[in-house]
Amino acid sequence: MSSETKQILTTDGIPLEVSLKKAERKNKIKAFLLVAPLLLFLIITYVFPIGDMLFRSVDDKMVTQMLPKTFKAMENWDGQELPEEEVFAAFHEDFIKLVEDKREGKLSTQLNYTKNGFKSIIKKLRRKSKSFEEGNYKEQIMSVHKRWADVEYWRAIKRRAPEFTSQKYLKGMDMYVNEEGKIVSVEEDRRIHRVLWLRTLEIAFFVTVFCFLMAYPIAHLLATLPMKYSNLLMICVLLPFWTSLLVRTASWMILLQQQGIVNDFFVGIGLVADDNRPEMMYNKTGSYVAMTQILLPFMVLPLYSVMKTISPSLMRAGKSLGGTPFVAFWKVYFPLTIPGIGAGCLLVFILAIGYYITPALVGGASGTLISNQIAFHMKSTLDWSFASAMGLMLLSGVLVIYWVYNKLVGIDNIKLG
Amino acid sequence: MALPKYTEPHYRIWHYIYLTICGAVFFFLIAPLFVIFPLSFNAEEFLSFSDGMKRLDPDAFSLRWYKDMIYGTKNPWGLAAKNSFIIAIFATIGSVILGTVAALGLSSRHMPYKGLIMAVLISPMIVPLIISGVAIFFFMAKAGLAATHTGIVLAHIILGTPFVVITVTATLSGFDHSVTRAAASLGSDPVNTFMKITLPLILPGVISGGLFAFVTSFDEVVVVLFLAGLENTTIPIQMWTGLREQLSPTILAVATCLIILSTLILVTAELLRRRSERLRGINR
Repeated sequence: MSSETKQILTTDGIPLEVSLKKAERKNKIKAFLLVAPLLLFLIITYVFPIGDMLFRSVDDKMVTQMLPKTFKAMENWDGQELPEEEVFAAFHEDFIKLVEDKREGKLSTQLNYTKNGFKSIIKKLRRKSKSFEEGNYKEQIMSVHKRWADVEYWRAIKRRAPEFTSQKYLKGMDMYVNEEGKIVSVEEDRRIHRVLWLRTLEIAFFVTVFCFLMAYPIAHLLATLPMKYSNLLMICVLLPFWTSLLVRTASWMILLQQQGIVNDFFVGIGLVADDNRPEMMYNKTGSYVAMTQILLPFMVLPLYSVMKTISPSLMRAGKSLGGTPFVAFWKVYFPLTIPGIGAGCLLVFILAIGYYITPALVGGASGTLISNQIAFHMKSTLDWSFASAMGLMLLSGVLVIYWVYNKLVGIDNIKLG
Repeated sequence: MALPKYTEPHYRIWHYIYLTICGAVFFFLIAPLFVIFPLSFNAEEFLSFSDGMKRLDPDAFSLRWYKDMIYGTKNPWGLAAKNSFIIAIFATIGSVILGTVAALGLSSRHMPYKGLIMAVLISPMIVPLIISGVAIFFFMAKAGLAATHTGIVLAHIILGTPFVVITVTATLSGFDHSVTRAAASLGSDPVNTFMKITLPLILPGVISGGLFAFVTSFDEVVVVLFLAGLENTTIPIQMWTGLREQLSPTILAVATCLIILSTLILVTAELLRRRSERLRGINR
């Protein structure tokens, strides 16, 4: 607005622009206040705890707090040769305190993660330290066990000085920091986590492919049939969608068991011998079959909602212009369904990659996924920081996929039923 | 879908192949659910069809597993069902209130940072359940709410609100805001306008969001496994334990009841969707 133009005033004499801005701000605050309760609730109960997971996964204060004086004394130690008496004295002081609090067992477990062999020498040190005399702790500690005179073990202690560690993340990828401080992989036959990550990706990928191959024809049929038939068939898609996941998994457990109906059928048509019934459950096959059926509706629904909007006259036009039905389908219909394919595939992939219940029940040992490992560490080993690290690695993968999804399709296109 | 008369034979064959494939996929989708029905009436303790059942011998069928479900000694299903319903009902109420109010704010064109806030609000739906479970468990343990009904209800509100937010924003996208302005110009205050004008119009969306929230809570097992103590056992937890330890036909009786429940919910949701589309004038 040029300065010469006379300002427009409202009836109250306030410039219109100011008044409008005020109203605008008021509306913004009003809208925000409506969202605020849920936003606040989710931030406190959900977003912060995920941040807490991040903190837990790198937190390594335990050892730092158990040996405060030792690490202080070690600050000037270059790690080349055995540390000075000062360090030994500080370590002795910290250690006596730990023994008083009965926490030396925790220390030995923690240090053993860094280097094998700490468990026994800490036990020995506890016994011998009762009869230690004052002064010259270096000699006394070194005489407990020859490993205490090995500089490697003191270096291992020093490596635990920082409050934060990436150790859990490395462990999740079957790697660790070796004596020289380099990141290396564990031996070939102990790489259990890599196998799990790869298997998770593999199963999620193939389940997505199977779902796509099965969903495309039926979504097309549903979209092209007259309303009264398609509504009836839609029930076949929606009923499993609304039925409890555990019920559907249970039905697969009944079907796939060795004396189950699928096996009976195979025997009946002579495909397999009665005494040689294949194991279809508690392995990968079980995971594949059950997960495909359970996730299929998530592929059908987005495909259907896209196909519904494609006018049948386009195919007719394609054919009337000389294309065979196949050419018309491939050149006209298929490209129009790509948004639905993208939405369905990414939805199924995201769901499959984090699947837990079904693989745990029908997957056996060779069909379990990364989620099962996370649950195992949460419930059995109680290594919560490792579970957090693995969870966050999985989450970052999902967020990348989700970001792609958002770029390709947009979040607003999520359709439910 | 009838083919036109002039269709050439090999397309005709293709068409029947296509229909067969579709039939097979529909069978694959729906048939597993129907295995559970007859087996839950099995008179014997096996999870496969006995010879008597194959001959349709009436003696091979019985209601014993249903009786066991209801009257069985040390049966956990009564407590589990009670807990499941209490938790699901409170979680639904919480999700519907928080979600609807938030959706009203999100649908306002004045809403700042809409994309970011929407992403946060629906994140519990995108993040894998196992991660949500770990995070929520850490929070509840700190807040002293682990192994309480309150904790589980709160957890299910977290998981249920995204569905309400999505369905209600979708309903509001076709909402004619001039009616609320008309109400305001006639002297109605915002709360009154919401209760008398907006809510009745968006009710189908709210209820179907509520149904999603209810089903989410009622079926949820991953997060509950982390949170629940013995006192808070729910139907999914009992099914999970049962399926892991030994598959007893009692579970099939429960599963049959759950399928009936989900059919009812499906019918309700479908009727609501049609009503909502009619109200919004989509299927004129």
